[in-house]
Amino acid sequence: MDYSQFLSMSHEISLVSLLIILLLADLVMGKKKSGFQACAIGLFAIHTVLGFTCFGESAGNAFADMYQSSDLHVLIKNILNIGTCIVLLMSYAWNEKENKEYVGEFYFLTLSTLLGMYFMISSGDFLFFYIGLELASIPMAALVAFDKKSKESAEAAAKYILTAAFSSGVMLFGISLIYGTCGSLYFDEVAYKFASATPLMVLAFVCFIAGLGFKISLVPFHFWTADTYQGAPTSITAYLSVISKGAAVFTCMAILFKAFPSSTEVWQTVLWIIIVLTIVVGNLFAMRQENIKRFFAYSSVSQAGYIMLGVIAGNEVGVSTTIFYILIYMFTNLAAFGVISIIERQAGKLNISDYNGLYSTNPKLAVMMMLALFSLGGIPPFAGMFSKFFIFVGLFKSGMIGLLFIALINTVVSLYYYLLIVKAMFIKENEKPIAKIESDKTTICAVVICTIAVIAIGFISPIYHYIESVSSALN
Amino acid sequence: MDTVKLLAPIVLALPFLMFFVLGLLGNKMKPNVAGILGTCGLSIVAIVSYFIAISYFWGFGRVGEEYSQEILFNLDWLKMSETLPGLTIKIGFLLDPISAMMLVVISTVSLMVHIYSMGYMHGEEGFQRYYAVLSLFTFAMMGLVIATNIFQMYIFWELVGVSSFLLISFYFIKPSAVAAAKKAFIVTRFADMFFLIGILILSYYTETFQFLDLTAVSGDHATLVHDRMCGEEFFGFLPAISTAMFLIFLGGAGKSAMFPFHIWLPDAMEGPTPASALIHAATMVVAGVFLVARMFPVYFFEAADVLTLIGYIGAFTSLFAAVIACVQTDIKRVLAFSTISQIAYMFVALGVSGYTSEHEACLGYTSSMWHLFTHAMFKACLFMGAGCIIHAVHSNEMSAMGNLAKKHMTITHITFLVSCLAIAGIPPFSGFFSKDEILVAAANKDTVLYVCQAFVAGLTAFYMFRLYFRIFWWNENESYKHHAPHEAPKNMTVPLIVLSIFTCFMWIEKFFPFFPDKITADRKTLDLEFDSVIAGASVLVALVGIGLAYWLYKEKNDKPDAIASKVKCLYISASHRFYIDEIYLFVTRNIIFGGICKAIAWFDRHVIDGFMDMLGWTARESASGIRDVQSGNLQKYALGYILGVIIIAFFVFCSL
Repeated sequence: MDYSQFLSMSHEISLVSLLIILLLADLVMGKKKSGFQACAIGLFAIHTVLGFTCFGESAGNAFADMYQSSDLHVLIKNILNIGTCIVLLMSYAWNEKENKEYVGEFYFLTLSTLLGMYFMISSGDFLFFYIGLELASIPMAALVAFDKKSKESAEAAAKYILTAAFSSGVMLFGISLIYGTCGSLYFDEVAYKFASATPLMVLAFVCFIAGLGFKISLVPFHFWTADTYQGAPTSITAYLSVISKGAAVFTCMAILFKAFPSSTEVWQTVLWIIIVLTIVVGNLFAMRQENIKRFFAYSSVSQAGYIMLGVIAGNEVGVSTTIFYILIYMFTNLAAFGVISIIERQAGKLNISDYNGLYSTNPKLAVMMMLALFSLGGIPPFAGMFSKFFIFVGLFKSGMIGLLFIALINTVVSLYYYLLIVKAMFIKENEKPIAKIESDKTTICAVVICTIAVIAIGFISPIYHYIESVSSALN
Repeated sequence: MDTVKLLAPIVLALPFLMFFVLGLLGNKMKPNVAGILGTCGLSIVAIVSYFIAISYFWGFGRVGEEYSQEILFNLDWLKMSETLPGLTIKIGFLLDPISAMMLVVISTVSLMVHIYSMGYMHGEEGFQRYYAVLSLFTFAMMGLVIATNIFQMYIFWELVGVSSFLLISFYFIKPSAVAAAKKAFIVTRFADMFFLIGILILSYYTETFQFLDLTAVSGDHATLVHDRMCGEEFFGFLPAISTAMFLIFLGGAGKSAMFPFHIWLPDAMEGPTPASALIHAATMVVAGVFLVARMFPVYFFEAADVLTLIGYIGAFTSLFAAVIACVQTDIKRVLAFSTISQIAYMFVALGVSGYTSEHEACLGYTSSMWHLFTHAMFKACLFMGAGCIIHAVHSNEMSAMGNLAKKHMTITHITFLVSCLAIAGIPPFSGFFSKDEILVAAANKDTVLYVCQAFVAGLTAFYMFRLYFRIFWWNENESYKHHAPHEAPKNMTVPLIVLSIFTCFMWIEKFFPFFPDKITADRKTLDLEFDSVIAGASVLVALVGIGLAYWLYKEKNDKPDAIASKVKCLYISASHRFYIDEIYLFVTRNIIFGGICKAIAWFDRHVIDGFMDMLGWTARESASGIRDVQSGNLQKYALGYILGVIIIAFFVFCSL
């Protein structure tokens, strides 16, 4: 065996070593854990920086192409790293206050899911992909249940793990059908054999997509989303809505391009239905929500639909716009969740009506929340406008005008509910608005980073050009 | 060259940075600190600009017979297309004779205005905001002149418009200032719309935004434009090149306040006086001239008809504005109309100009740019002088002034006189040389334009000296008894002195090396000829104008009123600015708002809004209809999941 293959897995190896270090440190440090968090975040930051500087050079395939890596894979892992870094920063204060004793577990579980996502992203084979998916899902259930005193957290975790198990079952069924028809689990070989659309293959394909649709929370596989998002600790909700979703979208895109290139028509039809359902249903539910986390759950369902628009375009523009959208959506949603978590922790308020008059007492938080919402709604000149615009351009180029029209109309609807929150914060009067909040430094730092990114990324064209230059790897 | 490349970004980055620092943190600083910070920042920009200009003109710029066009940096900002690299919008720095010259103009005047404002704006509410916007303006104007492509120019073009808006409405509690700012913004934006359409037509055919491609000349053609657009027709009957170039010129006409877009400039005087000096006299308003000069090869070779038209529009505007300037009583308005008239001069010069020295009247381009330079200096000086006078008597109206020469305002008086002599075209002040070259160029090409411009030169001398005598001579005003006028503080007089030194000695090459022979359309140096007949004639005309002004206004008398009542009709319509504003109001209020807009508004209210309301209603109703699906019951979720899989699979299979 050629051990130099391991070198192409530098991201994974680095993260595994980090995990081992944290596990040992957790054991050694006992119950006090002072400095553990700073250390862990520091190490993870180093891992992130290394990802940008030197992990890309040794990219290549390994283990008989079960593991694949290219500049594009490195890029998406780096994006996830940045997002995870921000989530860790955001959960610092929460961990210090609530989970001092279990903080080691928190980091171990979070980073394990990240490792699972790495494997998912780099998979070249259905089996490898499935292992990655499970590694990303199972620790996540523990994370959702992390708020041990809260009933809702436990309920959310139960719903999550049961749905995850169910969807894994459906997906495995789909994979087994694929194996049955093609006789192989390698993406390349499936691509070679999976050409004509027999009923069996369509069923196999839909079952497979349903499994990933659960992770991305596409309609009708999204039911868990609202309950889980609402019950989970806020930083975990942020992690779920951004990192987990981003990794799943990228994986979905990669597999569609690699394993089913010759049956574009099939998956475009399937995705067409799913996307329209997702955008419309997400929007409709989001309009009526009273709990802000639940609201963001549906907002993220609808956003997932927009991200998938880049996938369905099926061209090179689609790939780069999808990644660009993931990047921007990550910063935007994290900014919003940062503000939510600050308010939840300091004031204990989670209802949208509690946000009435927020601007009068906490102008900075309100403005940052507003910027995030503007970006989500796609109001220029914030980053969200650029990502939506690029997605629509890609869609237009691939000729799906009907879908484009539906998406555009739904953008208008989505503006309505995003602006409802802005209206609550800035215009509505409140007799007892949330008192002035002293936010903790780490969370506010994370939110400020995200806000700057939301304002700036659209204007820094080299970022998009870089994504564009590496995204040809999928075609 | 390498040093210049290294320093070049400072010209853009530093003013931009100052804008952010002063805009965001300004209110936490003491006003003086903000002012000094802004001024220091601008001094650095000025030093760098001078360094770039000098090392260009006497260093790397000179390549063989001609001056080269250097791109110091060029960042991709937005790629429109992979296959057409010309359509990338870039933010860059194009250094050639005219942009080097503009760097000097902008940084000099802007620095003077920064210093002057420390005194003039002292104690004003929003002092920090004022400096922040000045920095924004400097940034935008620099970006405009160094643009490497027409889209960059357009972006910065809008930015100067915004900063102009912000400065005019600086006293935003005054309704007249707000109205003036809106007027300026809307009128210039309206013209910019044509500019944008022009850009789109031009780039549609040529597939590029880059100036170097567009203005490349070989033989008797602007190659690219000629190849791609010659014979093309826009909408089937409009010649594409001329249409595009005319629309682009309209954008320039809006910013440079050419007839019929001139209406915003006089009202723009509501802003602080030093801001008027910078924006509405010296720099922003000449952007249109700069635009035509930048695209000159295309105008000259491919759209000669448009260029001729530009000349005639310029001639008409200069005459029109000069006549109005003769009867205005607000000193800043006199200067505003004088600015319109002088900018029109520059357009005339471009209109009659040739390209290389073989063409007749090739002087036009050089003299236009040269007049831009000298005018910036003496007009800024005049405005700032007017600022000192307003500071002293607390009024803009001539009736509150008179006999100020005896009130110890010596420096203001002398610098004002110098600038008046310059604009009137009396040697050896700078205005004489530049205006004389324009007249020579016009005489070579077109006698009608020459006669018109020579007459306007006489009018200019008359109204400027009417202003001068009325302010500094005439009779003492009674209001001085309550409040004696006094000379302005040093930080206001020093910029006046500096600018009048420029005005006095700009013709001596040793003293002031940016001599105009380097700035030509084909970037080769030009032998400037001195036509003594035309020079003599124009001095004579100027002296007649001054003499007339002396006769009428040297002391208080009723001759001016007597003459005004003799030509009552002309006098009244001129003092109403020939009712152009009223015509605009009639057209917009009655025809556009009353007629067209009402119909559109109805459509908007009922059809568009109705559709949106329907969308909202449907969404809301269906939202409440389907909310029961999310029951919280896990079994139902799983059922939905599996039904989803089956239905989708079935549906897809049927549809294929």
